[in-house]
Amino acid sequence: MTDQTPISREDRVEKLKGVGSQRKRVEDARFTQGKGNYVDDIKMPGMLFGDFVRSPYAHARVVSINTEAALKVPGVLAVLTAADLAPLGLHWMPTLAGDKQMVLADGKVLYQGQEVAFVVATDRYAAADGIEAVEVEYSELPVVVDPFKALLPDAPVLREDLEGKMVGAHGPRKHHNHIFTWEQGDKDATEAVLAGADVVAEEMVYYHRTHPCPLEPCGCVASMDKVNGKLTLYGTFQAPHAIRTVVSLISGIEEHNIRVISPDIGGGFGNKVGAYPGYVCSVVASIVTGKPVKWVEDRMDNLMTTAFARDYWMKGKIAATKEGKITGLWCHVTADHGGFDACADPTKFPAGFFNICTGSYDIPVAYLAVDGVYTNKAPGGVAYRCSFRVTEAAYFIERMVEILAIELGMDAAELRRINFIKADQFPYHSALGWEYDSGDYHTAWDKALAAVDYEGLRKEQAERVEAFKRGETRKLLGIGLTHFTEIVGAGPVKNCDILGLGMFDSCEIRIHPTGSAIARLGTISQGQGHATTFAQILASEIGLPADSITVEEGDTDTAPYGLGTYGSRSTPVAGAATAMAGRKIRAKAQMIAAYLLEVHDNDLEWDVDRFVVKGAPERFKTMKEIAFASYNQAIPGLEPGLEAVSYYDPPNMTYPFGAYICVMEIDVDTGVHEIRQFYALDDCGTRINPMIIEGQVHGGLTEALAIAMGQEIAYDEMGNCKTGTLMDFFVPTAWETPHYTTDHTTTPSPHHPIGAKGVGESPNVGGVPAFSNAVHDAFRAFGLRQSHMPHDHWRIWKIANGLGLHG
Amino acid sequence: MGKQHYQITVNGEAKDILAEPRELLIHTLREQLNITGPHVGCETSHCGACTVDIDGRSIKACTVFTAQVAGKEITTVEGLGEPGKLHILQEMFKEHHGLQCGYCTPGMITRAHRLLQEIPNPTEEEVRFGIAGNLCRCTGYQNIVKSILAAAAVMNASQEAAE
Repeated sequence: MTDQTPISREDRVEKLKGVGSQRKRVEDARFTQGKGNYVDDIKMPGMLFGDFVRSPYAHARVVSINTEAALKVPGVLAVLTAADLAPLGLHWMPTLAGDKQMVLADGKVLYQGQEVAFVVATDRYAAADGIEAVEVEYSELPVVVDPFKALLPDAPVLREDLEGKMVGAHGPRKHHNHIFTWEQGDKDATEAVLAGADVVAEEMVYYHRTHPCPLEPCGCVASMDKVNGKLTLYGTFQAPHAIRTVVSLISGIEEHNIRVISPDIGGGFGNKVGAYPGYVCSVVASIVTGKPVKWVEDRMDNLMTTAFARDYWMKGKIAATKEGKITGLWCHVTADHGGFDACADPTKFPAGFFNICTGSYDIPVAYLAVDGVYTNKAPGGVAYRCSFRVTEAAYFIERMVEILAIELGMDAAELRRINFIKADQFPYHSALGWEYDSGDYHTAWDKALAAVDYEGLRKEQAERVEAFKRGETRKLLGIGLTHFTEIVGAGPVKNCDILGLGMFDSCEIRIHPTGSAIARLGTISQGQGHATTFAQILASEIGLPADSITVEEGDTDTAPYGLGTYGSRSTPVAGAATAMAGRKIRAKAQMIAAYLLEVHDNDLEWDVDRFVVKGAPERFKTMKEIAFASYNQAIPGLEPGLEAVSYYDPPNMTYPFGAYICVMEIDVDTGVHEIRQFYALDDCGTRINPMIIEGQVHGGLTEALAIAMGQEIAYDEMGNCKTGTLMDFFVPTAWETPHYTTDHTTTPSPHHPIGAKGVGESPNVGGVPAFSNAVHDAFRAFGLRQSHMPHDHWRIWKIANGLGLHG
Repeated sequence: MGKQHYQITVNGEAKDILAEPRELLIHTLREQLNITGPHVGCETSHCGACTVDIDGRSIKACTVFTAQVAGKEITTVEGLGEPGKLHILQEMFKEHHGLQCGYCTPGMITRAHRLLQEIPNPTEEEVRFGIAGNLCRCTGYQNIVKSILAAAAVMNASQEAAE
């Protein structure tokens, strides 16, 4: 085994396809040929199909459930109700937020679409027939969909199971529909600053309820093997290991007897983090019937019941000097959590990382309080392509800065510039408790403004306003600015856990004798391309080509324990674990090379894909040679083989940032908008695969476009969900989606092994305020301060009408 | 409801199907024939993940009864490439990062395949309009459009070379 062909260093680097390579995705050959393996593609012998009877009411007592007729339907084998689950203690389940949630309606329902009974049948058509035949008698109760009304003294009691319990998972409850109060920062000092400030801008900013809506809905296949006592659970799980632990805790099945497998996942965006009644019912149904049971929700189930996002009423006050230096920030959030608190946040953060709401600005003092509230809406509160409430926080501060600019009569770009945290202030300690790792906001900002010719745009805008006033045009021009700072990569075990499980992540590597490898991780890709990018990280660390490295995720029987993929945590945490495991491999490889070359370890240096004797470049051993030697040689003091595992507990979060500018034309008479230009500069630290980064940015911006310009989960006063299908729930098509220009700066994270920060969620976080600010900015000259999203054509028309622009 | 006998042709192969008249084509394909390329993303004809080609037209298989397509020729994404060789559209989707999670991809490529027969040399605008019946939640479409335009260019170039 020799590999001594002379090949230039550059060519060797190129061949690895390591960090920085525009490597094409290894996933694509399968996906483009229709050979993906998603949960609904899984078939098992004798597999049954389960589906739910759901409540048509938002708040009602369940008087009776009659399953007799349903059980006579051909193909229907069983109908589960809460009464069947109660003896097993499975009629309720714990949520990730320390609350509990009904698996099947236990005496009452709290939102439209809530799961009432689970019909198990031979196929999905028989299950649908069975659902039709289940007779449920309801007695309607008063509905409350407004979180402010829910907190009135005489509001209906939603959670009767909590009656008298005035302390919840996150401290005292003030009212029967109140969940928690979460306070951060210095209240007295902030109020003192507000009282003495030159200028205080005050506004209510609402970030409406929406939904991640991945193209593949949630589902699972549960298979209980009664012979060996093992449960196999396939499902759309963004956190397969956590699901295994949860299933074990609530079912009593020992964890080693549970195998959870996340197959290919058709998009997640936060929708697939939590545990849903469908999972529990499928497991129970498989135990009851002794057969595999599949449950896959349809789109209406998905939009109406599994994992809404946002729904934050954010009241803000921002203080500044008359020159525009921000002196303090105050915020109170009324957080609508729906019928159960099923938010997917680290345990100690009931409002996620909303306390990143000081954003990119050096704000000396701040105070934040969040009140969680129960209403008759679906539970969830997941991070829709963002890290735990960071999108809400970014939208809040980016709106407040714009409103302050109006108050001060200043240019919003300049106001941002004079308040940015300066490059030499990092690591920066924010007033609400975070330590920002690195950043260079001024450089990014100047680059972005120059790229779009900001001065020129403002001139054009002023001319447009004049032309509009003269009656020469009916279109206004909006310039939407955003500079966002994210907080991702949860997180350090000392303060981040979910259900007590520390939020580290992991990578295990085995090098095969012929110099190829398999790496297994605790994460799971949902389209991010992990099989491509994690191999690149490893290629750079261990000097074997990425094409020779298989990446495997999602099977809890084979992968090391990890907390999964959400909150942009895969690169910051599992990516770091991958690099660290690679370094362990390299450390052992160095000893092997030293033995083979008969030199001391310290006489060797690493060079791309080999160890070279210092000062003697002709004497080296490639990783390929070392890999074989590890299986072939009896090396004194060293175990055979070449393997490593790393469990990485990040010392800090990472703080990606970016500058986005949206230029929008708005037709005042129709409310129709057109995005003329969108420029997105992202700084995610070290860039692993620029092609994939760009793809992530395009996708996140399109989700942001949807949210800002039309997408919402809306309810009427009766608690009917008005946006339960893709007819009503806006998902942009190629026709409505603009062309994006992407750009970057690179400010590596100082604490991440390769300096990477994570990028998948930045465009959603930064995109929403950029689109929304463009709408607001178009009407600034006519006195608009704040108008709530989504800015669909009707609402934009109403803005124009309200400002008297229709004559 | 009694089952009925239907004959359909899928990717060039004649198939005998026994199905209830209410059975949707997408379920016949996925569950009876194990053709799992076409996916279900909604059940209201909005998302296009289930797009197949029926007698030369793009059709959403989630809202068509199998009974309605008896005697017809159906092509799915599985019928586009040859074994061991990607179709040029599949190749270009890979080359230009036109997919992420892959869930919309089979429907998207099947639609693009038909679109390029309808308009062999489309403009970007025609591509965007032509695939507006297919939703993607991951890519923002920019690279999908790029992939389709690139495939059109390659197909046209090889067409010209042949002529």
